Amino acid sequence: MGMAADSEFHVLAVDDSIIDRKLIERLLKTSSYQVTTVDSGSKALEFLGLHEDDRIHQNTPSVSPNNHQWRLQEVEVNLVITDYCMPGMTGYDLLKKIKESSSLKNIPVVIMSSENVPSRISRCLEEGAEEFFLKPVRLSDLSKLRPHLLKTKSKDHCKEQVDEKPAFPSPKQEGKEEQQQSKNNKRKAMEEGVSPERTRPRPNGITSMV
Amino acid sequence: MDLVQLQRQLVEYRTSLYHEGFLDEQYTQLQELQDENNPDFVVEVVSLFFEDSERLLNELTKALEQQSIDFKRVDAHVHQLKGSSSSIGAQRVQKVCIAFRNYCEEQNVEGCLKCLQQVRHEYSLVKTKLESMFQLEQQILSAGGSIPM
Repeated sequence: MGMAADSEFHVLAVDDSIIDRKLIERLLKTSSYQVTTVDSGSKALEFLGLHEDDRIHQNTPSVSPNNHQWRLQEVEVNLVITDYCMPGMTGYDLLKKIKESSSLKNIPVVIMSSENVPSRISRCLEEGAEEFFLKPVRLSDLSKLRPHLLKTKSKDHCKEQVDEKPAFPSPKQEGKEEQQQSKNNKRKAMEEGVSPERTRPRPNGITSMV
Repeated sequence: MDLVQLQRQLVEYRTSLYHEGFLDEQYTQLQELQDENNPDFVVEVVSLFFEDSERLLNELTKALEQQSIDFKRVDAHVHQLKGSSSSIGAQRVQKVCIAFRNYCEEQNVEGCLKCLQQVRHEYSLVKTKLESMFQLEQQILSAGGSIPM
């Protein structure tokens, strides 16, 4: 893969506040992580390759390859850090969806919140969150991430199954709040409007690209 | 004014902002995240805070002008403002937001209007002060000096 040792982990940060996104991005980069930020839970799921209503099953070798599957496997996210209070999908909802997904459940999730509500904290931890950080998040909080990331290093939960490099939509078309930071990220621009992965997958196959 | 005087002035000014509660420890955290690779980080975050706060203050004004006030909506805006002010260390703004949220919960219109006025005032104070401080910093940099911590 050719990733530099000091940017070996890719963190997806989710927060509806532009200030907090900027902050968490700086904190994560200072801690030598690759960072992508998005402004909502639904965008986070899209980035992770999961749609709210659909389930994507990655590890079915009998299925013919298509961009859908390739996109999932190209973007490896090693940790998700999300704000709790967001309009629409909360951080808790996002956590649940990730943990309920067969392809994503091994990704460690960390919740951030400006409010110290014990019941909220325990609910998140029970649902599988690794850590709960009170905002404003500090550099010292981020040092707690490393053990969770190192645990996942040995797990091959994003294995490449095809050789060809796929094309898929530029994240910029999904919203200006998303940012792509890593050179190592293999996303390529695709013509707008052609998004086969937006359609619902057929039971035993995937819709072919137009 | 020479460089050393400018630097002293900056340190004094900054210290007073902390003493008067305009800024708290979180602002220091922001400064520590700034380095030669990201020399404008603090100014950038603070600028985002200014833009976002102005948007929120406008929304709050509109929401509180309604015939039938949607307190949930008002509270949501205050919650955002509280969060962002906390994230940059604008302590006095954050404190007013806390009181503001309590009035929202009580659905107390007068209390909310009072807090809106107060938060506008605190916001404008901290904005002016931060802008003055940035200006001082820029003067120091232009004179070839470095910003004292």
